[in-house]
Amino acid sequence: MNKKRTELQVSAIRSGTVIDHIPSENTFRVFRILNLEHAKEQVYFGTNLASIKLGKKGIIKISGKFFEAEEINKISLVAPQATLIEINEYEVSKKGPIMMPDYVENIVKCSNPKCVTNNQAVPTKFNIIKDHHGRMKLACQYCEKTMAQEEIWFV
Amino acid sequence: MTHLENRSLVSITDYTKEEIIRVLDIAEDFEKNQRQKILTNHVIASLFFEPSTRTRLSFESAVQYLGGSIIGFASAGTSSVKKGESLKDTILTVSNYSDLIVMRNPLDGSARFASEVSPVPIINAGDGANQHPTQCLLDLYSIRKTQGSLENLQIALVGDLKYGRTVHSLVQALSLFNATFHLVSPESLKLPSGVKKWIKDAGLDYHQYTELSDVVPFADIIYMTRIQGERFPDPLEYEKVKNSYVLENFMLSNSKENLRILHPLPRVNEISEDVDANPKAYYFQQAKNGVYVRQALIAAILGLKE
Repeated sequence: MNKKRTELQVSAIRSGTVIDHIPSENTFRVFRILNLEHAKEQVYFGTNLASIKLGKKGIIKISGKFFEAEEINKISLVAPQATLIEINEYEVSKKGPIMMPDYVENIVKCSNPKCVTNNQAVPTKFNIIKDHHGRMKLACQYCEKTMAQEEIWFV
Repeated sequence: MTHLENRSLVSITDYTKEEIIRVLDIAEDFEKNQRQKILTNHVIASLFFEPSTRTRLSFESAVQYLGGSIIGFASAGTSSVKKGESLKDTILTVSNYSDLIVMRNPLDGSARFASEVSPVPIINAGDGANQHPTQCLLDLYSIRKTQGSLENLQIALVGDLKYGRTVHSLVQALSLFNATFHLVSPESLKLPSGVKKWIKDAGLDYHQYTELSDVVPFADIIYMTRIQGERFPDPLEYEKVKNSYVLENFMLSNSKENLRILHPLPRVNEISEDVDANPKAYYFQQAKNGVYVRQALIAAILGLKE
């Protein structure tokens, strides 16, 4: 019952995409990564909603828009536990976790101040790899330095 | 099959084992016959945005021995960079005037970026603290020449293993040749875990030491590097360790016959001058080998040597 009430805090959409289980503090980062500030479609969102899984969560609903996997997977950098739901005629047509991409372009800044991307007009490119402890790392394709998730700054 | 023609060299990992061997074979040919005028119709640009002695002069020497022409600058102060020109614009402009660009730039990753925007191939002559692949190739050439092979060697790397870019590239390259690594450094300048991972991923072993004398009896190669005092957060710690990493001639008395001492140069005091006369000292020949290797790279990338 609780779950139902939480979902109703943000209007239902007829068809489109729902991104659920976003950590509250990153709701607006997801907005930016998906460039929703400039969206032409109707966008509904809520943040600081009660969540059994996360304590507090954000949710975004975009009416009439579906994303390519490549595009949506970028948000896994800030919302690794997010759920992607596609809606058709008020019914869930697809639901699943966001997958971690193996490459991101021009989303994240390089943490190395001497990297060419921080000193010239060069869009950043990172490969997403795992270190020997299995932790996610971003490897800059230019300066070849790796950085941890907590060092991520968005462009 | 190797395809070096028209490809930039940014990082040593851009080359496969076969491609590395191919470059060394061509360099060997240039050592036997250095004055091959195969570059007479070519112009090479040499863009050094920061100062360099060995690398710049040996590239320029390589071009001259091949009979080519060279254009460029030896510091950013004498180029349009001073007027605020972007790296991209400099590269696009200079690529109109040359067949190949040799570039040193203080920014990490600048060579990769240049290779993406340039219509002519780029040879990275050092991008900040990141990569210096031609130094790595001349190190490999020197090791192969003195040991007869690159396979199965006992390699001792000594000094600043944390920040030394030549050490990191050499580990990556020698991991292709079944080396065993003996890592000699102060605690605070140990090889970074990411570089150790290369060794482990190649299924190879490394051993760590704090005393240089521990590795002398069994090493085939001792690769010395400079320890810079400014790398230490505590000057007292530097004072304590600085003399532990100085190689002196008497220390070589129980070393193997085939041992050779390498150093990327410049040396400050980490190899005592009394080592220079020892036949096992190889660092000046090593610098000479840089010319053959750079001749080989230029010739291969321009498709003048198959």
